[in-house]
Amino acid sequence: MVRVLKLELRGITKRFGSLLANDHIDVVVEPGQIHCLLGENGAGKSTLMNVLYGLYEPTEGEILIDDKPVSFRGPGDAMAAGIGMVHQHFMLVPVFTVAENVALGAESTKTGGFLNLDDTRRKIKEISDRYGFDVDPDALVEDLPVGVQQRVEIIKALVRDARVLILDEPTAVLTPQDTDELLDIMRQLKSSGTSIVFISHKLREVKAVSDTITVIRRGKVVGSADPAASTAELASMMVGRAVSLTLDKAPAKPRERTFQVKDLTVIAPSGQHVVDGISFDIARGEILALAGVQGNGQTELTEAILGLQERVHGSIMLDGEELLGRSVKDVLNSGVGFVPEDRSVDGLIGTFSIAENLILDRYDQPPFAKGISMSPAKVLENAKTRIGEFDVRTQSGSLAAGTLSGGNQQKVVMARELSRPLRLFIASQPTRGVDVGSIEFLHKRIVAERDHGTPVLIVSTELDEVMELADRIAVVYKGKLVGIVPAGTGRDVLGLMMAGISPEDAAPTDTSHADKLPAENGHPGTDTPETPRTSTASAEGGDHV
Amino acid sequence: MSDKHPRKHSAGQHAKPVGASPAAEETAAAVALDTAGGAMEPSAVPATAQSGKLPGGSETLARRIFTGSGMVSVLAVLLALIIGGLLIASTDERVGATSTYLFARPSDFLSAVWTAATGSYVALFQGAIFNPLASSVGVQFAPLMETLTIATPLITAGLGVALAFRAGLFNIGAQGQIIMAGILAAWVGFALHLPVGLHLLLVLVAGIVGGALWGGLVGLLKARTGAHEVILTIMFNYVALYFLGYLLNTPAFQRPGESNPISPILDPTAVYPQILGSQYRLHLGFILAIAATVLVWWLLNRSTVGFEFRAVGANPKAAQTAGINVSRSTILVMAIAGALAGMSGVAQVAGTEKVLTDGVAATYGFDAITVALLGRSTPWGTFAAGLLFGAFRAGAVQMQIQTGTPIDIVLVVQSLIVLFIAAPPLVRAVFGLNPRRRKPAKAGRSQKAATTGGAA
Repeated sequence: MVRVLKLELRGITKRFGSLLANDHIDVVVEPGQIHCLLGENGAGKSTLMNVLYGLYEPTEGEILIDDKPVSFRGPGDAMAAGIGMVHQHFMLVPVFTVAENVALGAESTKTGGFLNLDDTRRKIKEISDRYGFDVDPDALVEDLPVGVQQRVEIIKALVRDARVLILDEPTAVLTPQDTDELLDIMRQLKSSGTSIVFISHKLREVKAVSDTITVIRRGKVVGSADPAASTAELASMMVGRAVSLTLDKAPAKPRERTFQVKDLTVIAPSGQHVVDGISFDIARGEILALAGVQGNGQTELTEAILGLQERVHGSIMLDGEELLGRSVKDVLNSGVGFVPEDRSVDGLIGTFSIAENLILDRYDQPPFAKGISMSPAKVLENAKTRIGEFDVRTQSGSLAAGTLSGGNQQKVVMARELSRPLRLFIASQPTRGVDVGSIEFLHKRIVAERDHGTPVLIVSTELDEVMELADRIAVVYKGKLVGIVPAGTGRDVLGLMMAGISPEDAAPTDTSHADKLPAENGHPGTDTPETPRTSTASAEGGDHV
Repeated sequence: MSDKHPRKHSAGQHAKPVGASPAAEETAAAVALDTAGGAMEPSAVPATAQSGKLPGGSETLARRIFTGSGMVSVLAVLLALIIGGLLIASTDERVGATSTYLFARPSDFLSAVWTAATGSYVALFQGAIFNPLASSVGVQFAPLMETLTIATPLITAGLGVALAFRAGLFNIGAQGQIIMAGILAAWVGFALHLPVGLHLLLVLVAGIVGGALWGGLVGLLKARTGAHEVILTIMFNYVALYFLGYLLNTPAFQRPGESNPISPILDPTAVYPQILGSQYRLHLGFILAIAATVLVWWLLNRSTVGFEFRAVGANPKAAQTAGINVSRSTILVMAIAGALAGMSGVAQVAGTEKVLTDGVAATYGFDAITVALLGRSTPWGTFAAGLLFGAFRAGAVQMQIQTGTPIDIVLVVQSLIVLFIAAPPLVRAVFGLNPRRRKPAKAGRSQKAATTGGAA
């Protein structure tokens, strides 16, 4: 009884007030195909899928299944019609078992109202075996790795007999290896007759797996593309203009090592060592990128440097001064520029004006304040300059920062942190949720700061960004440093390192410089021998893959 | 999958290292695009839809209630007055009588309703602002002076609540802060005998310090132990109340030779001068309340301290990341809030009552919360709301005398105001202003309103 669905969206328009999120979008998902919706963040892909899944009501347009118009009043209707969705942020109850989560919402009961999970367990086993998911129905979801949790989400949809599976940015939370496995699963699902709508902005994945690509820009379909098209072509379609995709980055000229972290350990309130004996140093005029899957201690590490973490051991030296134990204000005032990873939580105050946000960590310093009296004129004047310099798209500096788009918000944070003399620059996820044009600009600013002679620490979970910016790459896993490798290291090696495998084991045999690497993991304090290696690495500065 | 033959793609004209391999180029393309990922809300979704995700989770219900739009405040008052009017009418005898033949002659019924409601409100107005029936101009304006007198402690205590709220703290403790300030100010006023000027100054300082300590202690406990300020301030209110009760039963706070719980009258050197002559109770405290409003405005909008308060209130995590000492701000803002409430205590003992009794704070401390709420936690909004509530209280007495409408109706109206402010969609629905219901032609305007609402 394999039901094969043809899904068609015809003239879908979704308006939020005066804002057009979707403008007459037509998409046809042929049965048994992987159909990719490609577009920048904010292009309207997720809105469209929420319309399809019954979460939003379209302002105009209709949804057709097998050429018959349908209307969904909620996800329940969509599911009944054979549409399943895996959200970017999983909708699972962590303290429930896999079977309980899968059964949730469609529980069957035995006589007396007792929950009957046997059926569900059997189905999970069946699906798990068929696609090689390797999921234990009785495991607690909170104990499962992210990649497996995602499979539980997929099982949830399949158990409900989904014939069209929507995957919303499924790879955002995965390691490169998990991503490859997911792509395999998608191919298998396709061959068993399930159509997949794959939402992404990651060109490599899209090209690897799609049958059809529909490009969406600013709420409109701008065309379809062939998966064989070049990345540059897809990119310019997505953005709507030519994009310079390569960063003009001169090789680093590292000078003296002014920033040293030694044996840094951060203990979470739970008692867990979230950062565990990490040591590294950064030279002036060098970018060290910290790579790793989200949640492996990067956040705590940068917060410890800034003085935001409470239980920190070890030493953090900047220009021979100890930073540890000083207040955040002290650290900032000593010339540390800090871009937090989540700008909306830590970097900006949404209800404050852009101008106020641009002085958030200098509000009490001249020329913005004399004593405790602030000068609004100076604050606005500063805003004007910075808005111009960083091309923040806004009508006025006195508008609330929360009204800006994500990319412009990020520019405000970067403008604030980069517009004063720095002795260390730390940026976490410097371009998360930022449009391509802005990424180009922000990367250039980061490199300019490096060339200005500032040690730069970049924390990114995006491997590509790491490879683009880094002069050296440090990989962390579960709070420990897996190793520090030169910029040219391949993505396979980095991917394995991000899963905790040491650089020696991760490196393919033909990589010449990989076996020179000292394993810093577990050997804190042995950071001196790496000095000669840096110069080699930086001389090679990212001009090969 | 290969892109060995890039068809005249426009990226090519951009500067890039000579000899960059297609593979390198592809990686670079992916870099630029992949990094657009992440957890940000799609920007095509309007601010209204995003408001739940606005920085710092600042869009909590409480925050929306305290800092909603000014229009809602005005409409809430209007709506509360209308419903209050209907309540007044429902207890009116003539309305009751005409309702028996409602369907025969509805006009009688409606006019009776109108007369009952407007009659009471006219009396309220005459008791609160201006009484045209009085013999001389001076007496005609006496109600206004009474309104200002009663508004004085409401304004300063309201400012205390509002200021704390702007820093993200619910200061329910104005009542206790008024009491502690009253105790200290009164004691300095009747127990010490000092020269003119100095004495009053010391009374004022003692009251402000008393309130500041009582409020600051809450801030300290919160900053050091994480205890919630709502619990703390409620408990501190009880402590202050019973401490006052205890003191008034000790000889040190009683009149010589008496055992009533009432303090000696404050020295003439220790009381606020009556600024418009002795026929009105209006005292210097009102001028100080205006000054306090200006000061709080300056503090919030023009000083680094206020910048810190607002930052901590709007997004404590971002404030902390920007180097603002959140603990210090918490302690300081509660101390200043207490000091402002303390001014209310001084206004009571040194201005209006001139003695210390167990009713020194009346319900000013709690009404102050409503005042701050109605004033949307802005200094001048709070000032205006304080005047309004002062007028209600002053006029209620006259209303009862003239029309027999019970004073309690004012309490009902005040409560209704709070209720409506807490439910802006209800108010907008009643007045047909809900943005979602608008026709597309007007969507632009409502969108703007919604956006500023989310960002205000």
